[in-house]
Amino acid sequence: MSAISETSPPVLRRVAGLFIWRDPVMSISVVVVLILVVMALAAPWLGTVNPGQLAAGPRAALPSAAHWFGTDMLGRDVYSRVVYGARVSLVIGSAVAVISVVIGLVIGLVAGSVRWLDGVIMRIMDGLMSIPSILLAIALTALTRGSVQNVILAITIAELPRVARLVRGAVLTAREQTYVDAAITTGLPLTWIMIRHIMPNTLAPLMVQGTHIFAHAMLIEAGLSFIGAGTPPNIPSWGNIMAEGRALWQIKPYLVFFPAIFLSCAVLAVNMIGDGLRDRFDPRMRGT
Amino acid sequence: MLFYAAKRIIYTIPVMLVVAIVVFSLLYLAPGDPAAVIAGEQATPQQVELVRASLGLDRPFLVRFLEWIGQILSGDLGTSIFSNLPVSQLILQRIEPTLSLMVLTLIIAVGLAVPLGILAAWQHNTKTDKCVMTFAAFGFSVPVFVVGYSLAYVFAVQLKWLPVQGFTPISQGLGPFLRNLILPAMALGSAYIALIARITRAAMLEALAQDYVRTARAKGLNQFMILSLHVFKNAALPVVTVVGIGVALLISGSVITESVFAIPGLGRLTVDAILRRDYPVIQGVVLMFSMVYVLVNLAVDLIYTLIDPRIRY
Repeated sequence: MSAISETSPPVLRRVAGLFIWRDPVMSISVVVVLILVVMALAAPWLGTVNPGQLAAGPRAALPSAAHWFGTDMLGRDVYSRVVYGARVSLVIGSAVAVISVVIGLVIGLVAGSVRWLDGVIMRIMDGLMSIPSILLAIALTALTRGSVQNVILAITIAELPRVARLVRGAVLTAREQTYVDAAITTGLPLTWIMIRHIMPNTLAPLMVQGTHIFAHAMLIEAGLSFIGAGTPPNIPSWGNIMAEGRALWQIKPYLVFFPAIFLSCAVLAVNMIGDGLRDRFDPRMRGT
Repeated sequence: MLFYAAKRIIYTIPVMLVVAIVVFSLLYLAPGDPAAVIAGEQATPQQVELVRASLGLDRPFLVRFLEWIGQILSGDLGTSIFSNLPVSQLILQRIEPTLSLMVLTLIIAVGLAVPLGILAAWQHNTKTDKCVMTFAAFGFSVPVFVVGYSLAYVFAVQLKWLPVQGFTPISQGLGPFLRNLILPAMALGSAYIALIARITRAAMLEALAQDYVRTARAKGLNQFMILSLHVFKNAALPVVTVVGIGVALLISGSVITESVFAIPGLGRLTVDAILRRDYPVIQGVVLMFSMVYVLVNLAVDLIYTLIDPRIRY
């Protein structure tokens, strides 16, 4: 791990610097995400009932003291479903972000450093990027039994090429630097040069990209669930709740709007964190 | 330039081939047994075998792939499992609403986003700029169906200015056509507008910082001339590129927008196919949309070799 220690302190320092409250949008976004995380973890203790429980009470009822967000067509408590829905969105968002960044990093490093593989790998990535992400995910989920894992797999495959491209670009730039030439001259093995001298250059843009992938994955999951190609209907995800509320939305708009507000806030907050990180790491990009 | 154009066209062939391989391989790469999944929970083993044979999963990958590519090249996208109709025919039946929606969205989006981006760059670091950027942030983050439902709720359900759902072909008059399509186009366009406005602003800011802009100001040229003649012309390249790249947003978004507004287009075809697990239809639509996307971006690249005399390969 000594490989990263010399380069990581500035990265960590900059991340820590975000919390000096110099950036109010960033700070609010972090707070929103933290609230959502706490909400997801503490879902059973937030006055919720079993989100799948078919209550004998009123169906499609308006919000009231007993049911804060009302009940859906099957009499289930919408508030409980929305609170539990945070789990699905956050798990899928973070899993896709982490997996696609890790695999994309490896693919990008290989493509950027092994010349004869570069052409092949990048053409595959170009091809994958040419398939609009929701469609790629639809095709994959249509072939598999609905499960959260398969949704994660489908979205990850769609997001991978962007990471691989970013890393490859960073590797190609880093390779031209004098310190890499110096490292090569001193006879260090290639893998060591990759890890010690080239990889650290990709970490900052990767963090930014990973955050945006997190947000995008939540959007795609909701979109997939909304059209019936995502998370299985027995699991309450924000997309599923909206899909179920669809039939009644003209007369009971809150069935769609409560999950919609949570989803939009979550995506917006995560995106704002990504933008904030980008400004921090690359001041030239500030405000673009 | 001809050489560049030829090179660029030849370059799309491997990309298209990879798209075809990926779309085809999904059947083989998907975890579990796709034939069993497509046949459904209650299918008998015989039915599963029937599906397997109809998908060609019982034959070797390479044989089946070459056969499939041959069929695609002759315009045969396969046959729907559900309706037994050729997929290409199903696509043709549904293409008009989707194409109308996308073209209208494109026109609205470019027409709104480019001026907004220019305005934001011109009024850099002012309230106007911040407003545009905030709007762009929302456009990126609020899902297309949420924008769709919100617009429909306000303008159709509450104010009753526009129809809630449906589609009228342009052959029945431009008025009804636009009345039905304007809300879906605004919903579908939200992320696209945000993307184009952001890139326009960034490109304009970069061009505004150039020496020739100072020179133009120094010689007393008016703001409008500077912005349009000097700055935008130089900022146009990334804008045109992102208009092409953003077509992916239109394609993905149209599937969902059509569901919200009950538009009988390719999106509906896809959603119905998902519910019926009609894989050949899904495969055909994905392949067609991906090819369109590749071709649109090819066209964009070729167009900017025309509009930008600096590009000479």
